[in-house]
Amino acid sequence: MQWDWEFTAEILPKMLWATVNTLMAAGIGYVIAAVIGLLFALAQRTPFRSLTFIVREVVEFIRSTPLILQIFFVYYVGPEYGLWLSPWVAGMIAIGLHYAAYLSEVYRGGIESIPKGQWEACTAINLTMAQSYRRIILPQAIPPSIAGMGNYLVSIFKDTPMLSVIGVEELMQAANAVGGQNYRYLEPYTIVGVIFLIISLTAASAIRGFEGWIRRKLGME
Amino acid sequence: MSYISFLSEHGSRFIDGALITGVQFFCSLALAAVIAHVFGLVMLSSNTVVKSFAIAYVEFFRGTSLLVQLFWLFYVLPLFGITLNNFLTGFLAVGLNLGAYGAELVRGAILSVPRGQWEASYALSLSPAKRMRRIIIPQAIATMLPAWGNLAIELLKSTALVGLIAVPDLMFQARELNNSTYLSTWTFGTALIIYYVSARFLITPCMRRLEKIMARRMGRA
Amino acid sequence: MEDLTSYPLELTGPDIPMVRFLNVRKSYGELIVLDNLNLDISPNEMVTIIGPSGSGKTTVLRMLMTLETIGGGVIYVDGKPLTHMPKNGALVPADARYLRKARSSIGMCFQHFNLFPHMTALQNCMEGPVQVLGLSGREARERAEELLMMVGMIDKKDQHPSRLSGGQQQRVAIARALAMRPKVMLFDEVTSALDPEVIGEVTNVIRDLTTRHSLTMLMVTHQMGFARDISDRVCFFFGGKIEEQDSPDELFSNPKSKRTQQFLSAVKAAD
Repeated sequence: MQWDWEFTAEILPKMLWATVNTLMAAGIGYVIAAVIGLLFALAQRTPFRSLTFIVREVVEFIRSTPLILQIFFVYYVGPEYGLWLSPWVAGMIAIGLHYAAYLSEVYRGGIESIPKGQWEACTAINLTMAQSYRRIILPQAIPPSIAGMGNYLVSIFKDTPMLSVIGVEELMQAANAVGGQNYRYLEPYTIVGVIFLIISLTAASAIRGFEGWIRRKLGME
Repeated sequence: MSYISFLSEHGSRFIDGALITGVQFFCSLALAAVIAHVFGLVMLSSNTVVKSFAIAYVEFFRGTSLLVQLFWLFYVLPLFGITLNNFLTGFLAVGLNLGAYGAELVRGAILSVPRGQWEASYALSLSPAKRMRRIIIPQAIATMLPAWGNLAIELLKSTALVGLIAVPDLMFQARELNNSTYLSTWTFGTALIIYYVSARFLITPCMRRLEKIMARRMGRA
Repeated sequence: MEDLTSYPLELTGPDIPMVRFLNVRKSYGELIVLDNLNLDISPNEMVTIIGPSGSGKTTVLRMLMTLETIGGGVIYVDGKPLTHMPKNGALVPADARYLRKARSSIGMCFQHFNLFPHMTALQNCMEGPVQVLGLSGREARERAEELLMMVGMIDKKDQHPSRLSGGQQQRVAIARALAMRPKVMLFDEVTSALDPEVIGEVTNVIRDLTTRHSLTMLMVTHQMGFARDISDRVCFFFGGKIEEQDSPDELFSNPKSKRTQQFLSAVKAAD
């Protein structure tokens, strides 16, 4: 088997287009995960014991089961109850919830690392609970969580190929399609691998830089 | 149809699938553990050639997606005349991938062994191999076991992907059953619960047990 | 549940104390921290609490700031109940909303300053006025700058706390608390975490407050000399109770209780 450069050139534009979709999937999924993850984390800090318990168990469940199965579950279960989700919507819900569970742990660690005195100072100047979180606690909790959050951004990106199983048109799906049409899998799958390698290595170093920048910006060093 | 009759009719497929998943889990865990230790140690070697090879391996497997690696092994290797069966391909991919993550754990744990321990081993003029085997690695293992507990759960979840190359594991069986019965909630729900129970009530307690035993051996408990 | 019917809904009469602890109790499990505490503090009075560690002195301040829940009894501030609210003609434990309103007349400085590390000194002092009192940015800035000037920190107003020494941080913390215009200021061992050479810059600021401003102050300290200098009254706490209280001169030079004598001589020996 020889590497076919002509074939490579032919399919490359298509693959690069699909990369845009992959990046979009990762980005949207991550935003969902970041928001819901924060809600998961905050819900575990309310005085309502039963809410804390339920959210804790949900997070544990999501974290201990395979994402691929969760994607199938979300995609196929909806129609049973008359709710038809498009592959994109189902995929974003599944991947968003999956990573929300992971990110909630990152947030939780960040929030718990804030000394008790900061909460007491919030009480002493009479901030509300919401103001305390928004103005004092989260701005301090998030910078040290950025490394952890960034790692999950890279992880979510690397998990997007799983969305191909329900037909989301991302990079893996494009490679499957191109490979199937031409009976050549060497080039498409290798291109996918190379694209993933380049993007995740770049992202990892960008995140390291960003973390340092935000720490300096907030005067934490 | 009630869930009970669903289970009595199709339960055996879940059991068959779970057994295959179990075997995949142990095979890939063994492979990952070996790879993690070999590459983790080599990354600390002073020989730049082998060291850069190990670093490249780790960055490569962590930087590209497991699904991409799995498909590459499955579809591309045969083109070079290397044909592995599905089962072997499945756990090879999972083991090679998770082994790269494990290598980082091993490297970190060995670096965390206090300097004094290395110096004491020099003072006893132990050979480098003996120093590693008798002094450093036992201490490193105790430090990294908790992280390996998490990695083992990630690994279990990762084995669900081998269903995509038609290894008849739990995920595969659930998907097949879904295609024939259209009972998505029950099929995927049951599979999710089996994964959850295995992760939370089999793997986690076993790892805790192991941590305790190691801690006792180190005289830390 | 304690019967609260005997407690007044609010204090009336000619001499309403700024703060009144009425039969206040607090315990952690078996350990009794405050044992039926009764303590009145008059408007503009400076009261210092001294005593061995574990005597409950910090708890008094923390309860007044509502950082601890009350175990029994009622605390009144400016005639109104702080820890409880009137409902259908009787007192019931205050809800979060009432507590928030009631504690707005109280400010506190902490042993470890607890400045917000992601904000500059100026931002620390503007946070409460803008977010809680609803001042405009300009008004809050003017107020903050005036207070930073007073504590001698105006030239460091744009520094983050990590760039400031302990004494400087504590002075900013005092300005932050004053920016809320409290009627009662609480100082919880504000010099205990400081290096000896900077204690003076903080005590001077507090001394200034006693002479120049009308503020009711309650302070817990280990600085006996300082307590003697500036207090109107000193309370010696022991075992969750006030063992002895008097004017500073009287208490320090002529302690009546045996325990006070022992404590004071132990402190003197350590100095």
